[in-house]
Amino acid sequence: MNLAIINFGSGNLHSVHKAFENVNSELSNPYNIVVTNDPKEIQSADKIVLPGVGAFGDCKNAIFNIEGLHASLEVSVLKNKVPFMGICVGMQLLADLSYEFGTHVGFGWIPGEVTRIVSPQEYKIPHMGWNEIRFSDHKLFDGCEQGSDFYFVHSFYFQNQKSEHSIATTKYPDQITAAVCKENICGTQFHPEKSHINGKRIIYNFLEWRP
Amino acid sequence: MLKKRIIPCLDVDNGRVVKGVNFIDLVDAGDPVEQAIIYNAEGADELCFLDITASSDNRDTLLEVVKKTAENCFIPLTVGGGVRSLDDISRLLHFGADKVSINTAAVDNIDLVAEAANKYGSSTIVIAVDAKQTAENQWKVFTHGGRKMTNIDVVNYCNEVAKLGAGEILLTSMDRDGTKSGFDNKLLKAVTSKVNIPVIASGGVGNLNHLLDGILEGEASALLAASIFHFGEYSIGEVKRYLADNNIPVRI
Repeated sequence: MNLAIINFGSGNLHSVHKAFENVNSELSNPYNIVVTNDPKEIQSADKIVLPGVGAFGDCKNAIFNIEGLHASLEVSVLKNKVPFMGICVGMQLLADLSYEFGTHVGFGWIPGEVTRIVSPQEYKIPHMGWNEIRFSDHKLFDGCEQGSDFYFVHSFYFQNQKSEHSIATTKYPDQITAAVCKENICGTQFHPEKSHINGKRIIYNFLEWRP
Repeated sequence: MLKKRIIPCLDVDNGRVVKGVNFIDLVDAGDPVEQAIIYNAEGADELCFLDITASSDNRDTLLEVVKKTAENCFIPLTVGGGVRSLDDISRLLHFGADKVSINTAAVDNIDLVAEAANKYGSSTIVIAVDAKQTAENQWKVFTHGGRKMTNIDVVNYCNEVAKLGAGEILLTSMDRDGTKSGFDNKLLKAVTSKVNIPVIASGGVGNLNHLLDGILEGEASALLAASIFHFGEYSIGEVKRYLADNNIPVRI
């Protein structure tokens, strides 16, 4: 079984890779983890992870500038229904549109838009640090307690068009989507790779997920 | 609710921790990786390495430290000290840092803040500011490890780097650093009330009450401390329990 972590030059690639390697080494049937941007390797992967930090437009452009990368993701995820996880901007990219530094078209895999967090002065932006989440019944949160803390760092958030696609929320100060899922596609706004034991649980659950 | 973060900071020289340490379970008291692992297990919210290696020739030893820490600690890791260029940032991120803190280089070349934030994302860029009081309610930015005074006003500077895309500010009071007399909460408040990005308080912690004051009076988003943890005076857990008992939201 292969798990592909998409390498498009994202700053958190290393952290994501290390965290997945760490959790994977505890599985009885570990995956072969590859860090790649090769369309062939992506299409032969049984699970796909898309990390992402930085601006939405920059991440999107970096992905589209790698020949065949986006097309291979669409084949694997939309056609072959390979389980997919996006992290932070990797999750926001699933939206239709983002308004971060202009208007950018996203993958359009989960309906919704990415907009700036609106907050009074005492709520600093970025929303940075550990915040508690409330989640609905989903494999990704198996073994997690309601109100567990996860590490967030973002200034924009995914406003889902359909509430059923939001599987976890946090508050800052208004409700913010913390995780999304639609069929075989999931994503987290928080960083599981930086969320200590709770984060490792999410990664474990994703590795075990059979949507 | 968003939690107030407790960040232990390790000063690293030539790949070794330089401040004294007093951990019971530590095999090698000067190994920053071992200390980072212990802080991580104790519930630190983030880790910070400050490279104080004098010679740039020996800076690569820090990269090994960063790499090993990132392989073992799954919480955010900020690394700073001697960061001069986008290449320096790139290298640290590649070896496993999650955020990079820039101090003197940002003062020398303010464009670096925007360039770094655009390239790596605001969340990755911490601007470290060494501040010293020069008059009532006035603080100036110091550079080169606090040796050189500039004529730059701290509050204006913090506002400027925030606008240029810095993700947070690590604000150290030169007046308080090492004194164990508490944070300069007036300085903190002057910045936190004007700047819309998170501010990490640094410099002066001697006891638990100082930490509480940094939040209540200084309104800091996060608290950085070195010696109270290194010398085993307080554990991360004790700090968090104390803050929680005083109704401060912390991750326990």
